[in-house]
Amino acid sequence: MRFGVVVFPGTWSDCDFHYVVSEVIRQPVKYVWHRERNLADLDCVVLPGGFSYGDYLRAGAVAGRSPVVEALPEFVAGGGVVLGSCNGFQILCEAGLLPGALMRNECLQYRCQSTHLLVENAETPFTRALRPGQVLTMPISHGEGKYHADPETLRTLRARKQVVFRYATAAGEVTRAANPNGSVENIAGIVNEEGTVLGLMPHPERAAESAIGGTDGLQIFHSLLGSLVEDGAFLKR
Amino acid sequence: MGAEPKVTLDLARGLGLTADEYDRIIHRLGREPSYTELGLFSALWSEHCAYKHSKVFLARLPQRGPHVLQGPGENAGALDIGDGWAVVFKIESHNHPSFIEPFQGAATGVGGILRDIFTMGARPIAILDSLRFGDPADPKTRRLIQGVVSGISWYGNCFGCPTVGGEIAFAPEYAGNPLVNVMCVGLVRADRIFRARAEGVGNPVFYVGNKTGRDGIHGATMASATFDEHAEARRPTVQVGDPFTEKLLLEACLEAMATGAVVGIQDMGAAGLACCTSEMPGRSGTGMAVELSAVPQREGGMTPYELLLSESQERMLLVGVRGREEELRRVFARWELDAVRIGEVTAGPDLVVRHRGEEVARVPVEALAEAPRYEKPYAPPAGLAALQAFDPATLPEPPDCGEALVALLGSPAIASKEWAYRQYDQQVGINTLVLPGSDASVLRVKGTRRAIAVAVDGNGRHVFLDPRRGAALAVCEAARNVSCAGGRPLGVTDCLNFGSPERPEILWQLAEAVEGIAEACRALEVPVVGGNVSLYNETVPAVGATPQAILPTPIVGVVGLLEDAGLLATQWFKAVGERVALLGPEAVSLGGSEYLWTRHGRVAGRLAPLDLEIERRVQGAVRAAIDAGLATAAHDCAEGGVAVTLAEACVTGRAPIGCEVTLAAGGRRDQTLFGEGPSRVVVSVGSARQREFEALMAESAIPWRWIGTTGGDRLRLRMGAETVVDVGLDRLEHAWRNGFERHMA
Repeated sequence: MRFGVVVFPGTWSDCDFHYVVSEVIRQPVKYVWHRERNLADLDCVVLPGGFSYGDYLRAGAVAGRSPVVEALPEFVAGGGVVLGSCNGFQILCEAGLLPGALMRNECLQYRCQSTHLLVENAETPFTRALRPGQVLTMPISHGEGKYHADPETLRTLRARKQVVFRYATAAGEVTRAANPNGSVENIAGIVNEEGTVLGLMPHPERAAESAIGGTDGLQIFHSLLGSLVEDGAFLKR
Repeated sequence: MGAEPKVTLDLARGLGLTADEYDRIIHRLGREPSYTELGLFSALWSEHCAYKHSKVFLARLPQRGPHVLQGPGENAGALDIGDGWAVVFKIESHNHPSFIEPFQGAATGVGGILRDIFTMGARPIAILDSLRFGDPADPKTRRLIQGVVSGISWYGNCFGCPTVGGEIAFAPEYAGNPLVNVMCVGLVRADRIFRARAEGVGNPVFYVGNKTGRDGIHGATMASATFDEHAEARRPTVQVGDPFTEKLLLEACLEAMATGAVVGIQDMGAAGLACCTSEMPGRSGTGMAVELSAVPQREGGMTPYELLLSESQERMLLVGVRGREEELRRVFARWELDAVRIGEVTAGPDLVVRHRGEEVARVPVEALAEAPRYEKPYAPPAGLAALQAFDPATLPEPPDCGEALVALLGSPAIASKEWAYRQYDQQVGINTLVLPGSDASVLRVKGTRRAIAVAVDGNGRHVFLDPRRGAALAVCEAARNVSCAGGRPLGVTDCLNFGSPERPEILWQLAEAVEGIAEACRALEVPVVGGNVSLYNETVPAVGATPQAILPTPIVGVVGLLEDAGLLATQWFKAVGERVALLGPEAVSLGGSEYLWTRHGRVAGRLAPLDLEIERRVQGAVRAAIDAGLATAAHDCAEGGVAVTLAEACVTGRAPIGCEVTLAAGGRRDQTLFGEGPSRVVVSVGSARQREFEALMAESAIPWRWIGTTGGDRLRLRMGAETVVDVGLDRLEHAWRNGFERHMA
C-alpha cells in the first residue's frame, strides 16, 4: 500500500507518520508537498498534525483550501483513502470533506495527555482489525479539538454509523470525565459517508510501538493494510 | 528620519555604559563614536552580551572532555554520543522579559533557544524549562505562572518540539523577578555541525527569516538592569514571537545547510544584527560590510540604530558560498521566507555599516568584543553566618509525622506539575521514552539502540545558605536524576541567575557558586559546554527602597547517554513484594530544607556534607543496577527527604503501590524523614534478584542497605520499632496531585 504524507508549512507530525509507515509497518511512503495536485500514485493520503499556516486564521482553515486538499475528492472518488489526525482532522472539516467543526478546548488550554477511545464502528477500512466496544489508548495533543456539529448532523452521523471513536474511560464508559476537550457526545473520530475518509484528534502514530505509548494506534494501520491481526478476524482487502 | 541625538556621556549612560567605558570607547576609536556606533557598543558591551562581571569566574569551569565536540563560545555546546550522532544543547534565561510580559517573554525565550540549537545544524528534539515564581497563592503570581506556561506551550507546541521535562519552584524572593530558564536539546550528525563563522573574504552575507521591526530594541541592555517602578514601561523592549515562522526557518535552514552552500550561520538573538555582524567575523578574524537598507523591514522609517539593535524574532544571519547564492534563495523561497543579501565578508578589521550607501558605522570588529572585564571585590553577606548557625533542633517536632508528610507532598514545590506539562506537547517526534513526571526524561535516538536522558535542577535556598555547596549539589542532583533513568552523564549546561554583581555579596554568591559547579563537574567528569548568565535579577519594590535580589539560582542541565534504550528506569514502584534499598550516606540536614520552609517558614541552617567521590560512586552503582536489569525503579532523594521520595515512588506511577520501610532509629523523627542530603537514591529490586544486587553493591563500595518491601495500599515508615508514618496511598496521591493545581484552577 502506497502512502503519501502531506506537508504544509507548519506541519509537524509528518516525520512521525513517515517513520511509522516506513519503519514499523514497512510500506512505501513519500512526502507530498502542499502544492501538489497529482495523487495518482498513492493509495492512502495522510494529513498529519501540526499548525498548518500557523493555524492563525482558524485551525486548518488555510490548509483546507490548499491545492493538495482540493485534489482529495477526486482521489477518494478513485478509490483512495484519507487519514487525517489532529490538524489533519481540522483540515478535513474545514475543507468540507467531513461534517462538523473543531473548536477551542472547553478548558481553554492546550491538552497533551493519554486518552481512551471506544471503538464504535469496526467496519471502516481504518478499523477492520478492531471490534466494536474495544477500548484503545492513544494520546491527544491539541488546543482546538472540541468537536461540534448541529443536532441534525449528529443524528445523521449516528444513523450512518459515522462516529468511529468516542472518548471513554479505560472500561469503555463514555463519561463527561473521560472527555478531554468538551467534544459533543465525546466524539473523537468520524468518517465520511463512504467510510473512506477518517478524521480523528488523537495521534495513532504516537501509539505504534511498544516503547512509545503502546501499539493501539498501530491497529489503524494494520486495518488499512488488511493484514491479519489478533485471531485473524478479517480478510485481506 | 529624525535627527540623531548628539553623542554625549549622558547619552552613553542612558544606554547603560559607564563613564569609564565611554572613555574606553573614545580611546579605542581615537574619536567620538557616532550615535549608531555608540548603540553597537552599548549592546555588545552590555552584561548580557559581554559577561563583564562573570567572565573571570566562568573561566574556572571545566570545558573539555572526550565527548566534547563544541564547548562554550558558539550558539550551543555539542557532545559526541556515538554511532555518528551528536547532541547539541544549551540553557538560556528569559527572566526580565517574562516579568514584563509573561506570555511573550516566555514564548520568545523558547524561540531563542530553539534557534541556538538549529543554527548548529541540529533538529531540536526536546525542551525543558526551569521556572521560579513567588507564592502561587498570590493572584498576581498565579497570573504570571499562567502567562509563562501558556507562552511556553504556545511557542513549543506550534513549532513542534516536545517539552519533556523541567521543574517549578517557589519563594517570595522571586515574586518581583520570576525566572524562566529554557533548555533545548537537538540531534545532528557529528560531522555536520555548523558554526557561527564568517569565513572566506567575498562570501555573501544573507539576512534570512522574519522582517525587522522596532520590537525588542535594547532588550540586552534591559536584561542588564535592575527592575524598578518603571518596569511596566519597558514592555516595548519585549519581543513578539511567531512560532510558525520559526518552524519554517528551521526547515529552511536545515535544507539550506544540506546543500553545502552555507559557510556559517548565527541566530539574531540579543542585540540582533549588531551582535551577528560583529561576532561572526570576530570568530573568524575577518570583517564584514553590510548595507542596512537591504534589510527586510516590517515598518517604515527605521533608523540604522534601530535596524542594528532590533531584537525582532525568527531571524538569522547566514554566510553563504560565493556563486551559490541562487541555491540558497531557492530554498528560502520554497518556505516563503525572506533571504536577502545584505553584505559580504571582508578582510577586516572593521565592521562597516552603510545605510543607503552612506557609512553610518565603522568599528574594528575586535573592539566590540573587547568589553572590559571586571574583577570587583566581593564578600559574604553580613548575617549569613548567623543564619547558618541556626539549629533546627530548637524547633518543635511535628505531633504527627504522617500529617506532616501529607502537607509536604501537597506543597506546591513538591506536588505534581501536571497542570503545567499537560499543556505542553511531550511526544511530537515520537522519541520520548520517559515522559515528564520521573527524575529525568528519556529520548531515543532513532536508527540506533541509544537514548539520551535529560534533567534540569537547582535549589535557590541551598545556594543562598551555602553558594559553593549548594551549586555543587545542583550539578550532583541533575546528574543523579539522569543516572536514575539509566543515563551516564556526559555534559552540563548552566544558567546562572543572580542579583546585581555590583553588590559585593551577590558577586560573592556568583564566585562561590561557579566554584561549586566547577568542583562537582570535575568530580563527576562532566564538562560545561555552554550556558548563560543572567544578572541584575533584582526588583526595587518602591521608590528609594533597597533592591530585593532573587535567591542565587544556578540552574544546571545535564545530558546523559544510555547505550541501550531498553535499559532505562523510572521513579515509581512497579510490583508488589519487591525489596527496597536506600543507596548513599545517612547524613541529612533540615538546614535549607523544603520542610523547614513549608512548615516553619525558615531558610536557615547548614546543608548536609557532600562527598563528591561518594556521589560519583552512588551514581555509578545506580546505573550498574539499571544496566543489569536489577533496579525496577530508581528515585533520587531530593526536596522533602526520604519520606517524600518513598511517597513519590508509591503514588506517581500509573497504579499506586504501597511500601513498608524501616529507617534508622534514634535522632529526630522530622530530620530522619524530611532531612535533605546528597548522594541518596531509593531503588526497588525484584526479590528473586536480591543476591545479585547485593553482590553488585558490594563491588560498588558505597554505603547502602535494605530498608523495606513494596506492597499494600499504605505507606508505613518505622524508625526502629516505632511506627512514625502510616498513611493511605489515596491521601498521599490526592495531596500530591492537587498541591499545585489547586492554586491554578
